[in-house]
Amino acid sequence: MRVAIIGSGCSRFGELWEKGFREIYLEAGLKAIEDAGIEGKEINALYVGNMSAGMFLGQEHVAALIADYAGLAELNIPAVRVEAADASGAVAFREAYLAIKSGLFDVVVAAGVEKVTDVSDQSKIVSSAADQEWECFFGANLASLYALIAKIHMKKFGGGEEDLALIAVKNHKNAVNNPIAHYRREISVEDVLSSPYVAEPLKVLDSAPISDGAAALVLASEEFARRVCDDPVFVEACCQASDYLALQSREDLTSMKAVVKASRKAYKRAGIDSKDVDVAELHDVFTIAEIIQYEDLGFCKKGEGYKLIREGITCLNGDIPVNTSGGLKACGHAAGASGIRQIAEIVDQLRGKAGKRQVDAEIGLSLSVGGTGATAVVTVLRR
Amino acid sequence: MIPSFWRKIKYRYDLIGTHCKKCGRYYYPPRNLCPRCRRKGEIEEVKLPEKGKVLSYTVVYERCPVVIALIELENGTKILSQLSCKPEEVKDGMEVVRVFRKYGETSDDGIIYYGTKFVPCY
Repeated sequence: MRVAIIGSGCSRFGELWEKGFREIYLEAGLKAIEDAGIEGKEINALYVGNMSAGMFLGQEHVAALIADYAGLAELNIPAVRVEAADASGAVAFREAYLAIKSGLFDVVVAAGVEKVTDVSDQSKIVSSAADQEWECFFGANLASLYALIAKIHMKKFGGGEEDLALIAVKNHKNAVNNPIAHYRREISVEDVLSSPYVAEPLKVLDSAPISDGAAALVLASEEFARRVCDDPVFVEACCQASDYLALQSREDLTSMKAVVKASRKAYKRAGIDSKDVDVAELHDVFTIAEIIQYEDLGFCKKGEGYKLIREGITCLNGDIPVNTSGGLKACGHAAGASGIRQIAEIVDQLRGKAGKRQVDAEIGLSLSVGGTGATAVVTVLRR
Repeated sequence: MIPSFWRKIKYRYDLIGTHCKKCGRYYYPPRNLCPRCRRKGEIEEVKLPEKGKVLSYTVVYERCPVVIALIELENGTKILSQLSCKPEEVKDGMEVVRVFRKYGETSDDGIIYYGTKFVPCY
């Protein structure tokens, strides 16, 4: 039995000063349900990705809260919150997918939400994805861990800071045409290179912002989907892998083993090869991550990720457009929501609803990573 | 925060890691279970070598620049730590040795966090 996506909706990503956690979530959820054309009473369960409402808002028990404020309280459906740092949304999606695949449910909502701008100490909270006792204690934050990875990768394979800058430039360019994006403006290589270092060699403009945002998807069994939807998108595979949490425990830092493992499982399950992917949303939390992920997903050989961006292969009009939404870098990174938002972009692309960002695609891939790579989720979608 | 720091003092102050007698691998931070041998492994605590070389480093710009480095100790164990030196003194592959240094404090009258940092070998 196949699982289909029949509705999707996203809030705007960015600094949403006028809106709280509940409003942001509701905006995305209502859009998804309206898009699916279903009624609330048809929803069997809700899975929500959220990284840290506890630290950002002092609010836990958010799955029930969301079901409540999404108007589902009278329906008493199971509501589950899923946490895997900034892969929370993708892991929530996978739980929703498995719930339908198991045959237990017909219609499930997978959502993600993060409200971050109500506190000032955001980067510390985001860095809690890393090992608090054995990484953060020594003064490391998420940026510095990715910086260590970047330096090792550059030393071994010879890319430079200009190559990293090209990723940010590409993703900002794509975001101009994305109405939900945090930054809808182009930047130049010079802008990136002249922005201050966060952790050498990574600069401010190599880094994804910490955004508010929410996204929701309605998943259904194929039978239900065919009945209510003209253009369902099918989930051909959704595979997850884990790895050592801290960098010092990993053998090779030029690769994210969880990404390699999850993607190979997903390709096998979907019966495809990396060459068959027409469009992809990757986890460009820092620019170096996108380059490493090109390699780990098999879009190119190990060490040749730089070539893909230098030669424009991953640009909107390239052979394999990556981050047509603007990616985490420019569409924005709302930790718990990003995994759902990425899949929503692929859904838009496969349904021909991506407006000026539209590319020709039949098979799409979404990759979410938690922290520095200890969680990876690869989802393969087909129209 | 006091108990969570206190119970790790041995490992932070004296660079005590673990060694699996079965497969011979060393671990820092210490582990109670060898990830390769799992329940068949045999973990013991060991004092790790004091010297190593810098595999990768970065400078974090907060109030003052802090050098964070991934260091490979002489027996191959990798450890993430701070380098107690100026950013311009650091080079990849540089030999370093461990020292005992202050990391921070919770407040004016709170506990002080000490631990291991590394300095260049001259």
